[in-house]
Amino acid sequence: MTKPKSTHFDTLSLHAGARPDPATGARATPIYQSASFVFPDSDHAAALFNMERAGHVYSRISNPTCAVLEERIAALEGGVGAIAVASGQAALHLAIVTLLGAGGHVVASRALYGGSHNLLDYTLPRFGVATTFVDPRDVDAWRAAIRPETRLLFGETLGNPGLDVLDIPRVAALAHDHGLPLLVDSTFTTPWLMQPFALGADLVFHSATKFLSGHGVVIGGLLVDSGQFDWDGITKYPAARGKFPTLTEPYAGFHDMVFVEESTTAAFLLRARREGIRDFGACMAPFTAFQILQGIETLPLRMERHVDNTRKIVAFLREHPIVAAVGYPELPTHPDHELAKKLLPRGCGAVFSFNLNGTRAQGRKFIESLRIFSHLANVGDAKSLVIHPASTTHFRMSAEDLQRAGITEGTIRLSVGLENPDDLIEDLSRALHAAGKL
Amino acid sequence: MRVAVRGHEVYAYTGSRPFVPAQPTILFVHGAANDHGVWALQSRYFAHHGANVLAVDLPGHGRSGGDALTSVDAIGDWLIAVQDALGVASATLIGHSLGSLAALSATARHPDRVAKLALLGPAVPMPVSDILLDAAKAHDHVAFELINGWSFSPGKQLGGNPVPGWWMTGNGLRLTERTRPGVLYTDLMACHAYVTGLDAAAQIRCPTLVLLGARDLMAPPKGAQALIDALPNAHAMTLADCGHALMAEQPDAVLDELIGFVGSR
Repeated sequence: MTKPKSTHFDTLSLHAGARPDPATGARATPIYQSASFVFPDSDHAAALFNMERAGHVYSRISNPTCAVLEERIAALEGGVGAIAVASGQAALHLAIVTLLGAGGHVVASRALYGGSHNLLDYTLPRFGVATTFVDPRDVDAWRAAIRPETRLLFGETLGNPGLDVLDIPRVAALAHDHGLPLLVDSTFTTPWLMQPFALGADLVFHSATKFLSGHGVVIGGLLVDSGQFDWDGITKYPAARGKFPTLTEPYAGFHDMVFVEESTTAAFLLRARREGIRDFGACMAPFTAFQILQGIETLPLRMERHVDNTRKIVAFLREHPIVAAVGYPELPTHPDHELAKKLLPRGCGAVFSFNLNGTRAQGRKFIESLRIFSHLANVGDAKSLVIHPASTTHFRMSAEDLQRAGITEGTIRLSVGLENPDDLIEDLSRALHAAGKL
Repeated sequence: MRVAVRGHEVYAYTGSRPFVPAQPTILFVHGAANDHGVWALQSRYFAHHGANVLAVDLPGHGRSGGDALTSVDAIGDWLIAVQDALGVASATLIGHSLGSLAALSATARHPDRVAKLALLGPAVPMPVSDILLDAAKAHDHVAFELINGWSFSPGKQLGGNPVPGWWMTGNGLRLTERTRPGVLYTDLMACHAYVTGLDAAAQIRCPTLVLLGARDLMAPPKGAQALIDALPNAHAMTLADCGHALMAEQPDAVLDELIGFVGSR
């Protein structure tokens, strides 16, 4: 049978959403550093405002440079579209507020980035949104936590910092049985390592600050819609019926638009742009979008090298006497090893943690002895990074929550960059030796 | 809007506007494995510029009940039944692909019920390859991928959507994937089996617009030439660098053509 032609991931990384600038012929995507865009005439202006014509009005709502980035990430994820926002946190916030409000409930993995945990555990309750945190590996716990007012299930493709592999097919099936969408934070994996929509997830977001941009120079977020969820429960998920009035009932804030009727496939994105970005305003700057686009152009090449370097460092660390444990799903000792082989055949990313077999002082000595690894709060940079989660990214968590998330006083998180792996291993070896002498 | 037609509930997008009997009515008819959403921008424009818009989901498609109709003439008659249900004596019919054939048939068979006719991406005849028919019959995902691949012009395969943030081909694929089993095959067979299109065209007296995409692989422009020649009162227009998904690829150009056509005397 004739097979359909499809453009490969590498090519989409370079071209999706972009074309030579029609005005100048510029091959690179221009930075449209303009707050707003001229209307040809009054009728055209009115038509743009009322979604009767395509185009840009004001850069908080949409911008041509950001639009290229939005198309590109949607293409790479296999979605219908995306919205570029100010940060990964803004993307998570936008996803939640588009679907639910006061009285709503989220079931989330407890193995989350500390910032996501802050939003869900401390901030959103003030606005009437509650979250139940569950062990991401325990599907029964996900099921038990679902309430009548639950509107969203949320986890990370690779949990932070223990790299718990989210069993997306099973959690998504559970969500869909209850008429709920599954949102995943795919920051650690990027679409090169995993395409969550193909596994059943409905919404994906990224902190594009990390591997997508890849060079630690921007803050940005991307929210992608699979276009697969049946928001009004008329085709696939009858249990969804009545649960998402923001998408299925007339919205007085936009001429009584019913988003699922306006767009069969992209109702979520429409609401997110026509309300969330419009009113909360956490838009991405066009220069930021340009820099992320530059990063994505080399995403396949960089991710391959990130993973190769990580494998070499993992192999080194697991043999070192001062290292108590290395948590990387490619190791048979990791609890999600078998699942990782199935869901992450290209590799398990370049961020992982290991535990020093020593004191807190030895941990500090190790970090302060590193010369190539930079001690900072970020991951996914071309340069290698290191941090001590218990005292930084996860310091607001209680001791009990830290333990549940698999973090100890001796846990060190590495983000492996693109340097020569021999130099990285030499750097780690020296620092481990220094720590061991204490 | 939901209206009962022949015992089944039918969904028609109206641009969130009430139906006003005194206004002219425009009926938008989608193609195979699609729904009203393909007309989003164009239908919304007319709904907010003095017309009743009925962007219908054909039986068995989208939000409409019933089974997919098995012939172009049956769909054409059904369009008139929709008009009957709403008391619309005469409407402008705007159809795309399979929908264009249905609109053509409706106009030929019920000439007093159609004021103007716009055909987007038509071809007469509209043969469908065995490869696609076989895949559609098996409800094989390959059928959706083939249609999607052939629906967009080469330049648009890599995006550049005028609607900000939407990945055009991804959106097209998701829409067709929602089709109920068997519907795509029924739709394609209706196109394939419609052999009386030129006879129908010869009977049509109302003003007719034929809008083509120069890079249409699903219904290549040369396949519409006999139709254009047969239509007594037709204006034909070809959009450069445009594929079969005209409304998605060049929404403003399509809208401008429709505004000019609907507003003309």
